[in-house]
Amino acid sequence: MLNMGPQHPSTHGVLRVVLEMDGEIIVDLRPDVGYLHRGIEKIAEHRTYNQVLPLTDRLDYVSAAINNLGWVETVEKALGLEVPERAKTVRVILCELQRIASHLIWLGTHALDIGAMTVLLYCFRERERIMDIFENYCGARLTTSCFRVGGLMRELPEEFEGLVRDFLAYFPARIEEYDGLLSANPIWLKRTKGVGVIGARQAIDIGLSGPALRGSGVARDIRVDEPYANYERFKFIVPVGKKGDVYDRYQVRMEEFRQSISIVRQALDYLPNGPIMADAPQIVPPSKEAVAEDMSALIHQFKLLSKGYKVPAGEIYHAVEAPKGELGFYLVSDGSEMPYRLKIRGPSFVNLQALYQMSKGCLLADMVAIIGSLDICLGEVDR
Amino acid sequence: MIVRHITALLKGLSITLKEFFSRKSTQQYPEEKRQPYAAYRGIHYFRPGENGEERCVACGLCAAVCPNHCIFIEAAESEDELKHPERQYAEIYSIMLERCLFCGYCEEACPKQAIALSRRYDMAVNTRNQMIYTKDKLLAEGLELDEESVGGEIKKTGRRSLWGA
Ligand code: SF4
Ligand code: SF4
Repeated sequence: MLNMGPQHPSTHGVLRVVLEMDGEIIVDLRPDVGYLHRGIEKIAEHRTYNQVLPLTDRLDYVSAAINNLGWVETVEKALGLEVPERAKTVRVILCELQRIASHLIWLGTHALDIGAMTVLLYCFRERERIMDIFENYCGARLTTSCFRVGGLMRELPEEFEGLVRDFLAYFPARIEEYDGLLSANPIWLKRTKGVGVIGARQAIDIGLSGPALRGSGVARDIRVDEPYANYERFKFIVPVGKKGDVYDRYQVRMEEFRQSISIVRQALDYLPNGPIMADAPQIVPPSKEAVAEDMSALIHQFKLLSKGYKVPAGEIYHAVEAPKGELGFYLVSDGSEMPYRLKIRGPSFVNLQALYQMSKGCLLADMVAIIGSLDICLGEVDR
Repeated sequence: MIVRHITALLKGLSITLKEFFSRKSTQQYPEEKRQPYAAYRGIHYFRPGENGEERCVACGLCAAVCPNHCIFIEAAESEDELKHPERQYAEIYSIMLERCLFCGYCEEACPKQAIALSRRYDMAVNTRNQMIYTKDKLLAEGLELDEESVGGEIKKTGRRSLWGA
């Protein structure tokens, strides 16, 4: 018996794995989750729809913007609200940048686990630039809360486009750098090729999603299969692996870097002018200027912000493609201002279930590589 | 085979060597402080009014939107026309910063543009009590931080209406 975690540098947070070992070989294992449980689903039942938004930042805290998108789109779907094209495009830009940031964390920590420390330093240097873009836009680096039901939190600041274009010019060369450091490195190949194999059939049965599923050769991407925001507008490839080992999952994510860059570029070129908020006065609060001048707008703002808005009774499921996989929100509304029940399908939680199938019979050291390749975030596993 | 491995290793090493001579990208934090962008959501402060009056009228909207209920307000009537032109003012106003999410909803909601989030991010303290920001603290914070924006637009935070278009 071996107890790994919850304080273990390679478990990416507070994952505890109880292992049964035969020498170095894993015979049986049981992930023990819940050390980071904050009861977000329950807390959401006592918050108005706007107030739930900052909570979603704290699910997968390295990809907060995409969690925000999942939540606001769920509410918009329940309300039947149409969002202006400009808002949608900005959402795509921010979400793809966030995907790159999240994958950078994955690459850095994954490589660190396997023993390549330099990559971590480079990844964090690049990620810093994305954090700057977010900070410039919404004022926070991690817990962004950058979208609102009906649109965006604010108009893009002037520096925004310049910052993003700089990043687009700077980053592709960096991907090649990582590629040069890792992809052909004999140690890296030894540690990743043929490790943690999972076949397509089994991957689907477990319910894997995101790069973990695509690494096994299943071309499922919600951005393509059930487009949200305005992803249908942009052209990109969904990379897939062949064997479903750690190396394939690594290659899939490396290619996703390039595809995300391409999406951001297309979206930035396309970015139309226009309003950033939906025209829905019963949902979207009036502007500050209107509040300062107009008494009725002030009263409306008071009512809307203190009480919240009602969402029609019913059940809604909406999923977005988070960096880790399918992030779904299942919302049950009883027609009041607060959710009756919110169930969050966290991709990390589902993907973690594959740990058993992948690691059984492996060496203990390979399990570290497998956890890294699953790219779990414990904030989302435990919620 | 061996040759391929060695070239791969050399390629990796050449990248690290190149980085070795490139510019440093780290900062020595406590000595060199980073200036956040204008929109940064840091510690709260009260924006001073044009003539030194208090802007807050204790309407309670910030407390109502706050997802974590960390704002506590007790309203009172004032006779001091200069300090409180709208008569009603906040006798007690405190924010429990340790519960705050720094979402900025309070700033977005405030119809008087009284409460705002500053660019200050270093908030480590020794006791929990120090994390409760009382009205005096918020006002002092505002005077210290917000000198150039007295009465004007929200220059310091650079954020206009966040809720509206
Ligand atoms: S800070 Fe603004 S919202 Fe809060 S009570 Fe004062 S005036 Fe109202
Ligand atoms: S920033 Fe958010 S959590 Fe903090 S006091 Fe304001 S509304 Fe409350």
